[in-house]
Amino acid sequence: MSSTPRWLYVVLLAVGVFAPVLLPQIASQLAFLWIMVVFALAWDIMGGRMGYNSFGNILFFGIGCYALAVFQRDLNWGGYWVALPIGLVFAGILASLAAVFFGVGMLGLREKYFAVGTLGLGVAAGEIAASWDYIGAGGGLSTTLMPVAGNANVYWAYIAFATAVVTFFALKRLYVGRIGLALGAIRDDEDKAEAMGLPTTRVKTLAWAVSAFPLGVAGGIVGNMQGFIDPRDIAFAGPTYGTWMILMAILGGRGTLWGPVLGAFVFQITKELFWVYLAEWQRIALGVLIVAIVVFFPRGILGWARERWPQRFGVRVVETPA
Amino acid sequence: MDNLNLLFQAPILSLGLMLDGVLIGAIFALAAFGLALVWGVMGIINVTQGEYVMLGGYVTYVLSKYGMHPLATIPIAAFVLWIVGWVLYRTVVNRIVGRDMFISLLATFGISQVLAQGMNLAFGAAPVTVDAGLGTIFFFDGELTISGIRVVAFALSIVIALSLWMFLRRSRLGQSIRATAQNPRAARILGINVDKVYAHTFALNAAICGAAGALVAMAIIVGPTLGLIYTLRAFLIGILGGLGSVIGSLLAGTGLGAAENLFGFLAGSELQQAFTFLLLVAILVLRNWRLQRQRKYLR
Repeated sequence: MSSTPRWLYVVLLAVGVFAPVLLPQIASQLAFLWIMVVFALAWDIMGGRMGYNSFGNILFFGIGCYALAVFQRDLNWGGYWVALPIGLVFAGILASLAAVFFGVGMLGLREKYFAVGTLGLGVAAGEIAASWDYIGAGGGLSTTLMPVAGNANVYWAYIAFATAVVTFFALKRLYVGRIGLALGAIRDDEDKAEAMGLPTTRVKTLAWAVSAFPLGVAGGIVGNMQGFIDPRDIAFAGPTYGTWMILMAILGGRGTLWGPVLGAFVFQITKELFWVYLAEWQRIALGVLIVAIVVFFPRGILGWARERWPQRFGVRVVETPA
Repeated sequence: MDNLNLLFQAPILSLGLMLDGVLIGAIFALAAFGLALVWGVMGIINVTQGEYVMLGGYVTYVLSKYGMHPLATIPIAAFVLWIVGWVLYRTVVNRIVGRDMFISLLATFGISQVLAQGMNLAFGAAPVTVDAGLGTIFFFDGELTISGIRVVAFALSIVIALSLWMFLRRSRLGQSIRATAQNPRAARILGINVDKVYAHTFALNAAICGAAGALVAMAIIVGPTLGLIYTLRAFLIGILGGLGSVIGSLLAGTGLGAAENLFGFLAGSELQQAFTFLLLVAILVLRNWRLQRQRKYLR
């Protein structure tokens, strides 16, 4: 990925800025589109760059959901508009702290054990949330509604867009630096990276904390936007959000910067179309889509394109005589 | 903590809880054994186990609605799931054998989503159960009650596990399955149709889970979204009891069943599932920590 054409930024910026105003009736879908971008980007830090396939990143999303809701309910400093940004950052920090805490044990696990372990962690969190009275237990938790006249989703679309933009550029910066190299080294050969003196545990924990932060913020946004948090169906919704974030990253192309963004766009549009045309068959169709993508298209759109036109991606192809 | 005192004051109650768990745990061990079989032979972690179990349970549910005796539906549930497993192998799984573990993990996860949502559409979200009409057995003047079907399910689970073990030891197909597990390439050179062995292995696993599911439908409940816990239980049992060991799986399964029941009684049944999931995480992490001291990790 040598350089991204400038028109792409312009188009995306235009969509982010003008679409919610021009098409307020789909503002909620737009907000979810940006949330999906955040999901995929955040998952890709671990799954794509570092080769640690987490099935439980939904944990951080759920923590963010509840963190913001409880913050607004119990503290609510300075009214809604002051408490919202503080609460969102608080949600992100709490999610990151959870990542550091669980990372101590979990990040020692590798490959399938990490995958299954995180899967268990994500579902366990849902079960615990569903029996904890402080956060509404199984009955769920109603969140504070945005005190605006008219369509609050328009505002949420902007907040989600801002989150996606910040996440994207933060990761773009991160990947070109030392951390990005360290992540690649761990993905390629962790033992060797450690032997070369790389503090792998610290890098892995940092990566998980970094991927948890935007997920926590996204959780806060979604929880507030929905106005209601169900422990299993919204906050710790492993079968839906938790799976989608993996799927989107793979669909676009793991380990690339634009891949997750592209995957999120394609997936969100497909999902909405499925919903319109297939109704309750949507979930089944999405499951089939998962299988199809994973089995037939594991490199993703960008991975495929890179193989097809390597020069466009700044890869120099050297023809070696056989 | 009141419940903790109660456990010591009423030993018969705690005995009953443990016994109940042990009886159910044998069913869990079946799914774990199937998971280990597919893992060992094909190198695939099949996270569809729980959905197979649920599907087997629904076969029993539907057939018993049409008047069949639930116990007689066990072989049918196994057979239906055999076909499901076979079809899944031919359509999807044969394309992921030998590829990255992540791909098989996610692909089977996708299959499990399809099955779970399909069951949700077909049978509704509410869990169902089937009454086998075996009544309850009373001990100690009714202080200790054990449902008859759970005893039968326990016995049947052990019979199925042992016959499976015999099958893998003695039969020609069982031997080729084991040969393929040891070295697929050598097995192919020696004239074993490895693709066919994989298909049989995958279908056999589904059939075992189907039989387990029929027992689950009678002894506990089945529901479209209850599958995942069986998958993770199977994983946990496999790691605790040693992958592929019949005795180990049975011991770990019954132990897990007892522990779950006791914990559910102590901390409230709504935390029982969380206990299982966290136990899995804790055991993975602890075992890995022990290995990490020698600069190794779980493989």
